[in-house]
Amino acid sequence: MIEFESAGYSYGGQALFSQVNLELAPGSFHFLTGPSGVGKSTFLKLCYGELHPTEGRTTLFGQDLSTLNRDELAHTRQSIGVVHQDCQFLDHLPIEENIGLPIAISSKDALGEKANLQELIAWVGLTERAHALPPQLSGGERQRAALARAVIMSPDVILADEPTGNVDWEMSQKLLRLLVELNRMGKTIMIATHDLALIRAAKTHVQARVLRIANGQIQSAGADL
Amino acid sequence: MSIVGDILSMFSRDNQSDRVVPKTGHTATLTLFTSAAMAFLTVFALALSMAAGRLADRWGEDLAKSVTVRISAPSDQIAAQTTATLKVLETTTGVASARVLSEDEQQALLAPWFGPDVPVSELPIPRLIEVLETDSGFDAAGLRLRLSVEAPGAVLDDHTRWREPLTIAAQRLRFLGMTSILLIAGATAAMITLAANAALAANLQVIRVLRLIGASDSYIARAFVRRFTIRAILGAFAGTFIGMLAILMLPQSTDDKIFLTGLGFQAGQWLTPLILPFLAGVVAFFATRAASNRALRKLS
Repeated sequence: MIEFESAGYSYGGQALFSQVNLELAPGSFHFLTGPSGVGKSTFLKLCYGELHPTEGRTTLFGQDLSTLNRDELAHTRQSIGVVHQDCQFLDHLPIEENIGLPIAISSKDALGEKANLQELIAWVGLTERAHALPPQLSGGERQRAALARAVIMSPDVILADEPTGNVDWEMSQKLLRLLVELNRMGKTIMIATHDLALIRAAKTHVQARVLRIANGQIQSAGADL
Repeated sequence: MSIVGDILSMFSRDNQSDRVVPKTGHTATLTLFTSAAMAFLTVFALALSMAAGRLADRWGEDLAKSVTVRISAPSDQIAAQTTATLKVLETTTGVASARVLSEDEQQALLAPWFGPDVPVSELPIPRLIEVLETDSGFDAAGLRLRLSVEAPGAVLDDHTRWREPLTIAAQRLRFLGMTSILLIAGATAAMITLAANAALAANLQVIRVLRLIGASDSYIARAFVRRFTIRAILGAFAGTFIGMLAILMLPQSTDDKIFLTGLGFQAGQWLTPLILPFLAGVVAFFATRAASNRALRKLS
């Protein structure tokens, strides 16, 4: 699904990581951890093609991301759901329209997808807040809205960058449950987080693989977590 | 997306595409005002160009159809030389008619300089013969040669001396009018490009979000192109309407040879300015499309 082949990324002459060989199998659940600034967000951006590796290559659904033109990359990105820590919404549109944006920009049957919109808003518990503007929502509500927007097109892969970074423990558990539920539906999930307690909590619900970025390498973490 | 696809998308009712970019009062007003002002100026440039064109055509036509023979001779020979000249003209191929101007007509010609009461008959002024040509015209050099033999005091004036500069001046005025229209179109494109760049720079976050969720560059560009094109068309409609109204209110004269009072449109020419909103739309479409594509490429 997502594959790194001897991939590395340098920025400003400094290597964030190098020689990464990794494959994310369909339906798998991954945590990516490491201290702040180690390159977790960069790694996720390499996964969905916002950045290209400075060495080696990354493939998504079998396609080398560096060979795609901008429109092909945009089309491929519609098959991935991305949740950012700062969420990134269009602040002038109600949250309902923000969640439905991927439908509007895709060429898929908008009517069919729109029927799922209300269902999805209810699934993340935002029915009452559907007409509010993004700045009017709390951190947790924004994260749930971002998750709803990420999954509305039924993507095969969901990448989440510190999705629980701005929410309390209860809300982070709620978000985690939603992500676990999606994984049970067959979605491949990768969550970048420095919150080890969240990873421990998740491991009681799902069989997750934990990857740690350290010394410019991606390592598998295990018993120490 | 291709140009054709982008153009077709202009006519589709894509509410979402219209809404993804927040309405920005500053650039909206700037585009509307620029487009209206430029359309207003273009209406005047068009009117100038068309009036100059009409004038050039009229001067050319009027003066090309007639020539004048001036007889400057001692007073006792004037009548004889006039008769001789008329005989020569009657037998010249290409001359449709020739007649001696009456005293009243000559007085009318001199009136602008000497007033209406000038006693023409008492002044030693030359006799004038108006000659009308046939469509095929006559051989001016041959006629001059014959006149120099038959009536030495007769001078053929085919108006070439002053017809050419006048016609050239009118044609240059028309050219200046057309050049002004092109410059206005260029200035409109430049100003709309600046406004589009400002809008793109102010909406970087919107572009970032749209890219994050998989919007193609053509989708993002379309949102801007559509908005700026519609604004340019609306502004140009207003500017054209006001410009046409202003032209309509200019003082008009029945003498269509007087340039300043002839500035305007005639009959079907009034339809020409109506094309301006469409042209403004075309200029805005390509200017914004180029600006958007350039900005999005830079952001990659």
